[in-house]
Amino acid sequence: MSGVRLLVGTRKGAFILTSDGKRKQWDVSGPHFAGWEVYHIKGSAADPNRLYASQTSGWFGQIIQRSDDGGKTWTQPGTPPGERTTPEGMPKAESNKFVYDVSAETGKPLTTHQFYDGKQHPWEFKRVWHVEPSLSDPDTVYAGVEDAALFRSTDGGKNWKELSGLRGHGTGPKWQPGAGGMCLHTIVLDPTNPKRIFVAISAAGAFRSDDAGETWKPINRGLKSQFIPDPDAEVGHCVHRIAMHRAKPGVLFMQKHWDVMRSDNAGDSWQEVSGDLPSDFGFPIDVHAHEPETVYVVPIKSDGEHFPPDGKLRVYRSRTGGNEWEALTKGLPQKDCYVNVLRDAMAVDSLDKCGVYFGTTGGQVYGSADAGDTWAPIVRDLPAVLSVEVQTLP
Amino acid sequence: MIRVVLPQHLRGLAHVTGEVQVEIAGPVTQRSVVDAIETSYPMLRGTIRDHVTQQRRPFLRFFACEEDLSHESIDAPLPEAVVSGKEPLLIIGAIAGG
Repeated sequence: MSGVRLLVGTRKGAFILTSDGKRKQWDVSGPHFAGWEVYHIKGSAADPNRLYASQTSGWFGQIIQRSDDGGKTWTQPGTPPGERTTPEGMPKAESNKFVYDVSAETGKPLTTHQFYDGKQHPWEFKRVWHVEPSLSDPDTVYAGVEDAALFRSTDGGKNWKELSGLRGHGTGPKWQPGAGGMCLHTIVLDPTNPKRIFVAISAAGAFRSDDAGETWKPINRGLKSQFIPDPDAEVGHCVHRIAMHRAKPGVLFMQKHWDVMRSDNAGDSWQEVSGDLPSDFGFPIDVHAHEPETVYVVPIKSDGEHFPPDGKLRVYRSRTGGNEWEALTKGLPQKDCYVNVLRDAMAVDSLDKCGVYFGTTGGQVYGSADAGDTWAPIVRDLPAVLSVEVQTLP
Repeated sequence: MIRVVLPQHLRGLAHVTGEVQVEIAGPVTQRSVVDAIETSYPMLRGTIRDHVTQQRRPFLRFFACEEDLSHESIDAPLPEAVVSGKEPLLIIGAIAGG
């Protein structure tokens, strides 16, 4: 019987929640990497047992973990116990080494971005926000990092190389950090075109590569952001999340700092589809696994008040690709609820009916086995949830 | 043999419990001790000092013999009691709430 595996990253470790296809009873394992912040965990579409996790700490820096057995055991790639070094005594690999490319051969070494004080500031690696495994090769994985850049590993996470054409394409000096830092948090791979990659950066905007990450261009036409001097600027927008349905890879949905947006031309232009939402501020956005025009968001009151409007936790669903939204409330707290749902903390499975999941900063993970019509808590008391991914298992 | 006490989270990464011991042929300094730790436990590279700058991570401290050595030169000799193995070098994570 088919099943699902939820990969939950929290402020104090990772948790893996598993269930059969009914999605009623859940087993909880964890905390994995107890005490560490786990920004994101994601499984390979090409090998569901291959998982990558970003484990990070303000004290000890960045660690990349990999599992080859669906999360039962984990290792830092390249440094398994008992095989720490080469015969020469050198480290086998440095899976947590993310070094920005400033080499001359890339042609465009880039060392500074705009900082809070308006001055130029050197790029400084802080952490990996998002890991995105290749759709076809379990050993290839992308990492979106803070300060914003995109890295790729082609050896299962053992070594990382920056795709420096992103920072080097020309607008980098205008990027600047938002309150959460200057992070590349969204990586979307086109399932029909292996050379096409979308990324989003706070606060710079969305970018697209059509040559497998070598060169990039901003794709922010149509975005309007009142918090920057030129609301229509080419870059500077605080994009929170982008989602795509694999059957319609040219259609993108975006939750921006404010505004829910839609593109029908792979990001070349965007239109607002916030419609009748109670607030168009929010973080996550996702698309139904089988209905490319069914979209989910979690409205948050404002950028100054990161909790649901009126203390009611409501997922909003549009079956029309935006503009017309319905509140999904059954099973969710409808009073005195003041949690947030972060950008990477929503996911959908591909069972029929589509399962929808999200985690909160209050430590709850909610699930719906009927496309959002009804909800139930899977766990209630985890540390603050940073990310939720789901794997649909055979 | 130099004795080193690692913070709990780094002991977990290194798959060790209790103290670790490293052997150093030349001068015993903060740099040579961390070099030796990273050689024996490569999974700790980048966790005590930055990969690129080689600077100690801001929220880590080096203590020994009831002294904070964090702001000493990384090439300064460590106390004789550490060199002789009588006292460990303590690598400490800064206290913080939450």
